[in-house]
Amino acid sequence: MTMLEVRDLTVTYRYGGASLAAVRSVGFTLDGGEILGVAGESGSGKSTMALSLVRLLPPGAGITGQVLFHGEDLTTATWGKLRAVRWAQASLVFQGAMNALNPVRSVGEQIAEPIRLHERVDHRAIGRRVADLLDSVGVSSRRASAYPHELSGGQRQRVMIAMALACRPDLIIADEPTTALDVMVQAQILQLLTDLVAQSDIAVIMISHDLAMLADTCDRLAVMYAGRLVESGPAGQVFAEPRHPYTQALSRAFPRVGDPTSRRAPASLPGEPPALGAVGDGCAFAPRCSLVMPDCLTRDIEPWPSGPGREAACLLVLPDPAVVGEDGPRVGERHPRVGASD
Amino acid sequence: MTIDRAAPAGASPTGGAAPPALEVRDLHVTFPSRRGRGPARAVDGVNLTVGAREIVALIGESGCGKSTLARALVGLVKPTSGEVLYRGTTLGYSNAALKAYRRHTQLVLQDPGGALNPRQNVFDAVAEGLRLHKDTDRLGARVHRALSQAGLRPPEQFLERYPHNLSGGQQQRVVIAGALALEPSVIVADEPVSSLDASARGEILRLFLDLRDTLDLSALVVSHDLGLAWNIADRVAVMYLGRIVEVGTVEEVLLEPKHPYTRSLLSVLPGTLSHRRPILLTGEPPDPTAIPAGCRFHPRCPAAAELAPHDPRRELCHSRALPPLTGTGRPTSVASCHLIPSPVPSPSGVG
Repeated sequence: MTMLEVRDLTVTYRYGGASLAAVRSVGFTLDGGEILGVAGESGSGKSTMALSLVRLLPPGAGITGQVLFHGEDLTTATWGKLRAVRWAQASLVFQGAMNALNPVRSVGEQIAEPIRLHERVDHRAIGRRVADLLDSVGVSSRRASAYPHELSGGQRQRVMIAMALACRPDLIIADEPTTALDVMVQAQILQLLTDLVAQSDIAVIMISHDLAMLADTCDRLAVMYAGRLVESGPAGQVFAEPRHPYTQALSRAFPRVGDPTSRRAPASLPGEPPALGAVGDGCAFAPRCSLVMPDCLTRDIEPWPSGPGREAACLLVLPDPAVVGEDGPRVGERHPRVGASD
Repeated sequence: MTIDRAAPAGASPTGGAAPPALEVRDLHVTFPSRRGRGPARAVDGVNLTVGAREIVALIGESGCGKSTLARALVGLVKPTSGEVLYRGTTLGYSNAALKAYRRHTQLVLQDPGGALNPRQNVFDAVAEGLRLHKDTDRLGARVHRALSQAGLRPPEQFLERYPHNLSGGQQQRVVIAGALALEPSVIVADEPVSSLDASARGEILRLFLDLRDTLDLSALVVSHDLGLAWNIADRVAVMYLGRIVEVGTVEEVLLEPKHPYTRSLLSVLPGTLSHRRPILLTGEPPDPTAIPAGCRFHPRCPAAAELAPHDPRRELCHSRALPPLTGTGRPTSVASCHLIPSPVPSPSGVG
């Protein structure tokens, strides 16, 4: 069975009288031992999407669609079930470990907390497990009694990862795990995460605005724009040969040292992403797209196959965009858009 | 377009008699000791020049002293020893001298959201510098011009707006407009794009190139991102633990790096999709309160670690200090390392 299958996931926030869709009809699958990268600019809905998987959103958020985790739909699961899943089976690593960690409790206590809450283990066994966890993330186990402010940024992020691993989860959701860190520390943390995945059967969803970093780290890559997945596929291919004009622009924005076309020529993407709720018919990227066609403004855009294991939500990937109409190729059992009614 | 953006001839320190726009000589900034640690030698002997119309990238990990160096360059930190020269004249540290100097050299910081006052509209934010300098002739026209130079066009559309109504890229343009309003000749930018989205990053970097072309500005851009140097800089200086360890043209340093530290930084640069193995440096960023003896990079140096136990160079790395680099890295890049055959500083040059 697939570990995680997300179908037609839509998240709406109520604002004033309106209901605004932050995530629209997102679908993907993830297996153990796999790293999925989710890329997008700020406001693209990538964090909302990730948090909605374990229903960690404010009460005003409405979630529709299905999140099948080991076959069970988490969008309708009882709170008791959900509580058992959080941390024990699916855990989170947040950006900015300084804010996510409690400043007045030692890091050892904080790593022990989920173990104490989820498992019946005695005091001494917990202590041993905390020491093992710290060692496994490359922090000396003697630092268990240290407080967050006594650790460097990289060590704090390692402690966050140790916490996420505490109950031996199947799935780790890492939201910008290395954003505030230095290049070298980022490389160390990413190496740690990829080693952990290689040694165990953990699946990781890694969220970042850094497409280049995700391309290096992940197996598969999904690019979000205005709440939708606009392109997905094998990470290296999506980065090196993007099919969607948005992914192309995003990929160009990361310079490759040695590439003469980017020397003294930083690439940019003019314009701003659309505001929540300002997304109308057609393709949300059309106003910024350099390849926009009249059909882009009116047609329903869906993820269409764009190569082996790849999909892109762009009319340009269709064999002949002019001919394929409403009954164009459908992928899997994807439903027509549900959440974008507003 | 690319041709216009090639490094100007005037930028070559060997080429002309004109002094560089900005220069530091043997600069040291030491912060007093705290909580029983030794004093922090944040900047520990740096020589660096920024030529007229030149963009220099200063690259390094956090804690390497690059932000302290940037602050010393704009006169916000008084050096412990050494000097800062603007167009060949040594900077004085009286209030009047500093105030005059800061019209010529403006600082742009990392997080525009934090740099802007949330209760100040765009006009007031841009006009603030001119008002502080009591230079308010034709204030409106000059604010307009600065905004339009910073790419906020038409300026009227932005004057009344507040920071929360602007995107990150637009906020950074407002900060840059505030700097440009004083008509500086040098901009020192500390991580100007690291808090911005990928799409806005390119826009702001392009702005630096445009400002050099249209206003003859020089810039020192501090970053941890080697890709930024490739995108906009003429020369790049790599800093480690208070010293510049390699400096030269961008092409030379990034394509044929000499120093093991530069090589390692390049190897972890994401997105190259090369099959080169990343050279991961172990350990945390170095501590300026405890600078190692010998080559300051030797405890983390992958090249030193590979030396045979009886290799005589091992002794050099561990115990012989390297002098600060003095060259500008033109025409040939220079690096501070015992393991580079030549033209490393000869042992006799070690003081």
